Amino acid sequence: MATGIRDKVAIVGMGCSRFGERWDSGPDDLMVEAFQEAVADAGIERDRIEAAWLGVFYQEQSTSKSGLPLSMALRLPNTPVTRVENLCATGTEALRGAAYAVAAGAVDIALAMGVEKLKDTGFGGLPERTKGTFDDLWHPGFTPPGAFAQLGAAYAARHGFKMDEVKRAMAHISWKSHENAASNPRAHLRNRITIDQALAAPMISYPLGTYDCCGVSDGAACAIVTTPEIAATLGKREMVTIKALALAPSNGVEMGHASWDGSYTLTSRLAAERAYREAGITDPGAQIDLMEVHDCFSITELVLMEDLGFSAPGRAVHDVLDGRYDRDGAVPCQTDGGLKCFGHPVGASGLRMAYEIYTQLLGRAGGRQLQAPTLGLTHNLGGIPNRNVASVSILGLLKG
Amino acid sequence: MTVPTGIRSFGAYLPRLRLERTAIAAATGWATGTRGSKARGVRSCCNWDEDSLTMAVEASRDCLTGSDRNGVTWLAFASTTHPFADRSNAGVVATALNLPESLRAADVSGSLRAGTGALLQAFAQARTATGDALVVAADRRIAKPASEQEMSFGHGAAAIRVGTGDDLVAELLGSASLQDDFVDHYRASDATFDYALEERWVRDEGYLKIVPRAIEAALANAGVAASAVRHLVIQGPGRFASAIAKATGMAADTLQDDLHAVCGDTGTAHPLLMLGTVLEKATAGDVILLASFGQGSDAIVFQSTGRAPSPGHGCRGAIADGSPDREYLRFLSNCGLVDIDWGMRAERDNRTAQTVAWRKHRDVTAFIGGKCSRCGTVQFPKSRACVNPECRAFDTQVEHPLADSGGRVKTFTEDWLAVTRSPPHVYGNVALDDGANVFAEFADTPAAALAVGTPVRFVFRIKDVDALRGFHRYFWKATPVRN
Repeated sequence: MATGIRDKVAIVGMGCSRFGERWDSGPDDLMVEAFQEAVADAGIERDRIEAAWLGVFYQEQSTSKSGLPLSMALRLPNTPVTRVENLCATGTEALRGAAYAVAAGAVDIALAMGVEKLKDTGFGGLPERTKGTFDDLWHPGFTPPGAFAQLGAAYAARHGFKMDEVKRAMAHISWKSHENAASNPRAHLRNRITIDQALAAPMISYPLGTYDCCGVSDGAACAIVTTPEIAATLGKREMVTIKALALAPSNGVEMGHASWDGSYTLTSRLAAERAYREAGITDPGAQIDLMEVHDCFSITELVLMEDLGFSAPGRAVHDVLDGRYDRDGAVPCQTDGGLKCFGHPVGASGLRMAYEIYTQLLGRAGGRQLQAPTLGLTHNLGGIPNRNVASVSILGLLKG
Repeated sequence: MTVPTGIRSFGAYLPRLRLERTAIAAATGWATGTRGSKARGVRSCCNWDEDSLTMAVEASRDCLTGSDRNGVTWLAFASTTHPFADRSNAGVVATALNLPESLRAADVSGSLRAGTGALLQAFAQARTATGDALVVAADRRIAKPASEQEMSFGHGAAAIRVGTGDDLVAELLGSASLQDDFVDHYRASDATFDYALEERWVRDEGYLKIVPRAIEAALANAGVAASAVRHLVIQGPGRFASAIAKATGMAADTLQDDLHAVCGDTGTAHPLLMLGTVLEKATAGDVILLASFGQGSDAIVFQSTGRAPSPGHGCRGAIADGSPDREYLRFLSNCGLVDIDWGMRAERDNRTAQTVAWRKHRDVTAFIGGKCSRCGTVQFPKSRACVNPECRAFDTQVEHPLADSGGRVKTFTEDWLAVTRSPPHVYGNVALDDGANVFAEFADTPAAALAVGTPVRFVFRIKDVDALRGFHRYFWKATPVRN
């Protein structure tokens, strides 16, 4: 009977580039920036890495396909590199590959790298891409904000809220992320905003205004993983281990079956259930100290508070407005600014979230450091609410 | 005694956009010097995602509402603005209507008389063959900005199901045709605009010399006196029609309104559309005379049976389902006459994978989904494994048509970032009444028109345009049900 990977894999080094409109940098620059930090943190030589996983989403855009971009950028000694892509869960998928290789005993030390160079399109927002030859014949010509905006009307209808009430909670979410990012030197958007500014912003896709949408950023983040035993030989005393890595892709129910009403993300619920089981979590709201969730849009973060089990159904609006997820709240969410303000270089985002949890658990978060957290959650939602891939990871300090 | 031949049912379609002619005058008066002077009423205009083919599908659906489509064995699509010169437009209409594969479908074109020409062919067909004939005429003629035609044209479609039997709406009494190469206007094959000649010459040498002769011949063929005609339908401007009524000895009150005030001249569709308005008000025994004009004339004599002609919304519904509009520049954009900057996102290559379009043409063109024969779940698209999470059985789905199923809005947005030629781009998840759930675009849906639960129906529209290769493809879109 499989027991999962809880505490079988330790993270011994992490790196994260500055996120933003990195006009001066290509994907190779971003990967090197993140990698140099991670190997220094791990205290190992580059050549000790035995296998690597590279996560890139919009491969057509800049980085190209396959494992080559990582192998070339780091001049790895022909180390095996596997390229993975699973929409916005790509970075977490790369970590999953590296962690599983270590847990399986196939290698001692593995690297997970996520990178995205988005700002070479010449226009704002995410690049256009094909949905596939058949889907292009019938799927609406949607944009990410438009697809996620659908949650707004459905959530309000399901729980009997006026859109104004939901909008106020959405504005609070964005305000909070701007506040948090202001003390994060690597974040893309570090300006503070007011709730009224968020509410008065131009409409992008009803009910989402400008401040309800995350940044489109360039960036890279990476993790070096090994076994707790090897980590100890590297001199790591306080150690962050992986408690769970769960994944749940849609199978067509949300888009094609009457059982989904559009007001929540089905796969997030399933991935969270699996992750909590693997990590032995029974009461996430009480046990988890901080989280980094997929706040591509403010409405997404709002419904996720319920999907991940932190707010009761229909209560997220009130919990958000009560400050439950603010930096000084019960379960701080996006202490680094989140996708909203740290930025969203798609392939890197899952690893960027892990980077913040890792940094907080080790007490290295500087001005935004929380009081002695021991357990954190990351969550990605790749795709759109009616067809997506959700990932949930739980990272925590290894109790010695 | 022979079995009567005639009209079994009638359907109509007018685009929802109705541009007020005073808006045209306000925008072009500086050039024509007639700012606001003669302009009155509205003209119907296709939205960016409509063409003569989509209008033909909608008029045909209206005509076939609630009836057995397998009884239709012949289809003619008349237009001077077929979107494809070499690809059967009628074939696309037939597929969209889910008509039987054995159907004979033909495009009829060449003059504004194509609508009545196709109708006469349909009568001949119905008399000699098994099954009914469907004639649909539609036109989306593009006029030069500030031209007379821009004011007088409208876009629209009409469909007539022709058959034999004792339950017809109107019986055919007789007809006659005249052929003449009279060039009142013309449009070369590769041209966008008509070239029109002086109106007085067209009236005196064309209409008044050709149409009355066709009418007299048709009345003789039908064995009906001019004085017996109760309704006179003449294709063309109302002022010409009254001169023809006078010339043929018919009372002024027989003249049918030319619909200038409510939609404008819809080209090949127009005589059929006007006939539809007559059928909707005629009483049993009324004699109706329909005469077209275009390199000659077809004149057809009917007798109404007093039965209601439209199983759907008909002319009355089509005329009523309009939205007054004053966006002249949007009208030009929808006509392809101004090139609006839609941004870099609009540069996306919209090449169609024709292999896939063929493999999935029943799904996409006819909007046919699947119904699981094990659990009964209706779904789109039809797939190898059932979407019901409690079932997921392989290879259990049978074809299930979705086009005529209504539905309700589950989720929606109004997207100002997405590329569309009519912002905002409105789309969302729709729950169909028969159980299917579809992620769909909305047609003719401005901002603030939707809520969760809004009732919708589906319409056939242009889905995407591939300007690089001169291709466009069709799919079905949701639109709010309006009463």
